[in-house]
Amino acid sequence: MKPQSKSAPVRRPAGIADKSIAEMYQLMVRIRKFEERCYQIYLQRKIGGFCHLYSGQEAVAVGMIHQLEPRDYVITAYRDHGHALARGVAAKSCMAELYGRATGCSRGKGGSMHFFDTTLRFVGGHGIVGAHIPLASGIGWALKHKKTGGVCLCFFGDGAMNQGAVHEGLNLASLYKLPVVFVCENNGYAMGTAVSRGAAEEHIYLRANSYKMPTCRVDGDNLFEVCEVTAAAIARARKEFQPTFIEAVTYRYRGHSMSDPGTYRTRDEIEAHKSRDPLAQVAQTALDRNILATEDIARIDADESALIDDAVRFAEESPQPDPASAYEDVYVSYPADIRDRR
Amino acid sequence: MAEMEFRKALNLALDEELARDPDVFVIGEEVAEYDGAYKVTKGLLAKYGHERVVDAPISESGFCGLAVGAAMAGLRPVVELMTFSFSLVAIDQILNNAAKIRYMSGGAMRVPLTFRGPSGVVHQLGATHSNALESIFAHTPGLKVVACSTPENARGLLKSAIRDDDPVVFLESELLYALKGEVPDDPEFLLPLHKGRIAREGVDVTIVAYSKRLHQALDAADRLAREGIRAEVIDLISLRPIDQDILLRSFRKTNRMVTVEESWSFCGIGASIVDIVQRHAFDFMDAPIERVTLEEVPMPYNESLENFVQPSVDKIISAARRTLYLESEASLHGR
Repeated sequence: MKPQSKSAPVRRPAGIADKSIAEMYQLMVRIRKFEERCYQIYLQRKIGGFCHLYSGQEAVAVGMIHQLEPRDYVITAYRDHGHALARGVAAKSCMAELYGRATGCSRGKGGSMHFFDTTLRFVGGHGIVGAHIPLASGIGWALKHKKTGGVCLCFFGDGAMNQGAVHEGLNLASLYKLPVVFVCENNGYAMGTAVSRGAAEEHIYLRANSYKMPTCRVDGDNLFEVCEVTAAAIARARKEFQPTFIEAVTYRYRGHSMSDPGTYRTRDEIEAHKSRDPLAQVAQTALDRNILATEDIARIDADESALIDDAVRFAEESPQPDPASAYEDVYVSYPADIRDRR
Repeated sequence: MAEMEFRKALNLALDEELARDPDVFVIGEEVAEYDGAYKVTKGLLAKYGHERVVDAPISESGFCGLAVGAAMAGLRPVVELMTFSFSLVAIDQILNNAAKIRYMSGGAMRVPLTFRGPSGVVHQLGATHSNALESIFAHTPGLKVVACSTPENARGLLKSAIRDDDPVVFLESELLYALKGEVPDDPEFLLPLHKGRIAREGVDVTIVAYSKRLHQALDAADRLAREGIRAEVIDLISLRPIDQDILLRSFRKTNRMVTVEESWSFCGIGASIVDIVQRHAFDFMDAPIERVTLEEVPMPYNESLENFVQPSVDKIISAARRTLYLESEASLHGR
């Protein structure tokens, strides 16, 4: 996939406060550092399972989730570390989850692909491609019918667009007028399969047009465009129960997962994308507009490095779960001994 | 007590729970304007409106998943599957999402949700529409699986399923919908989801059955009684968890058992019952446990073949007689 045309990094739409830009930048740095640390500790075999890193896509999760209120829900696919951190899930409980510890955000039972934090209405972390899109519609149904005023922000990848459950979920959301914003993060590849090799219509947002909801394509590496588009979509969902489909074009720097041989794309392609890095774009804008000074950028960098160091320390010092906890959390109530074979 | 059809008993349960709890809603194909493919939801749309009795398009994966999401966010959905054969196109939503989200969230999420509808063979619908998938559901930790057999327990169990905080697979049968029976008037009449019941007392052999096969087991017990064999019949009701106590109590009394199930033999419900009995009551066993199941073939369309491959009263009687060494391997299978 070729990079999209370079957008001017200094462009800043009205309505985004300086404080928000600083906060979002800090979260983007946190995600990048968290993911790059994951890369290291995975190679050190301190964590296991599948591990899908979000580096390069930070502007999408951060810009979108920043538009939400506490009453709103976030649901996403298996590349979920960035969304969890953007929603405010503590880095240490995310890291402890990767270590499989009971102090993890899913008590060590979910792992990388299944982060949860219900206090923040972050409801996964879902491992089967596209299977959580109907769930998002259901959350939207509940929010509408309980009259909470809340919306559900649902993230998934370009690969999910070829799954039937996605199309069923989109149709239901539009048919029932549900307050859901669907975000397809198009990072160019479904695992190793380029979008054009998996979809007859490679313009993803066009496929969503048939569900009679507003659709758009946004430069997912441009934080400010992401914010602008998302704010409008959330307002439509909240006020009119009108779902929206957003295709956010972005790029992941790391492989699909840690076991990715990377044979399907070139080094040059990756470097071309890194030349318009979303973090660098925000930093440049913040400096140019005097929102952040050079020393602020350095301080954020140091603070977030320390935060990730703390998270790793917390995870490594957390005890392994008690074996008996394997039997917990299967049911709210089960009238038989769950260790028995019945 | 009032006499009513099975489908009316289910309808009453839905009606009462919709009235009782504003978080309950019913969703499925043709449940609203059509009044339900089998009229189980008849009249509910008029009473509760389109927001609580919801027609879904033919998108089982979509609306089963929608129900899981709604349950995660605090509602209490009741999904009607026109038949559980159609649950196969939504199986990921049921086995991965409904069953496992609580566990994967470390117990933070609840998924209070009922999947209900008819299951098993009906009459000449062919292989794709005759599935009995209870082994798959009962195999899966995170789900509770219940099979109702009478208007009375249909009502009491469905109400309990809807109020339960875990996902419940609630199996009915097209062939039972017109069955009439006495149903208690008490709107708080609830039955536990995890208890079987003794449908007929006996001492010579225990016949375990569920759903519509219970009625064949009772017919078999009647005929066995004519030759002096007093069969005890257990209505299993709960397929997960299985009511181990009622099985073992009966087996320790009769020392012989026949299991009757709606589906195939291999990896079947009866196989798990045999496992439980041999582990916990080996010394009480006077004969190999016999199982009456579907033959190991997809359901044929031809009427006589369809009957031939299913459990029948004759097959149950033969199996019971074999446990008493009154008969050897029957020629029913034509081999």
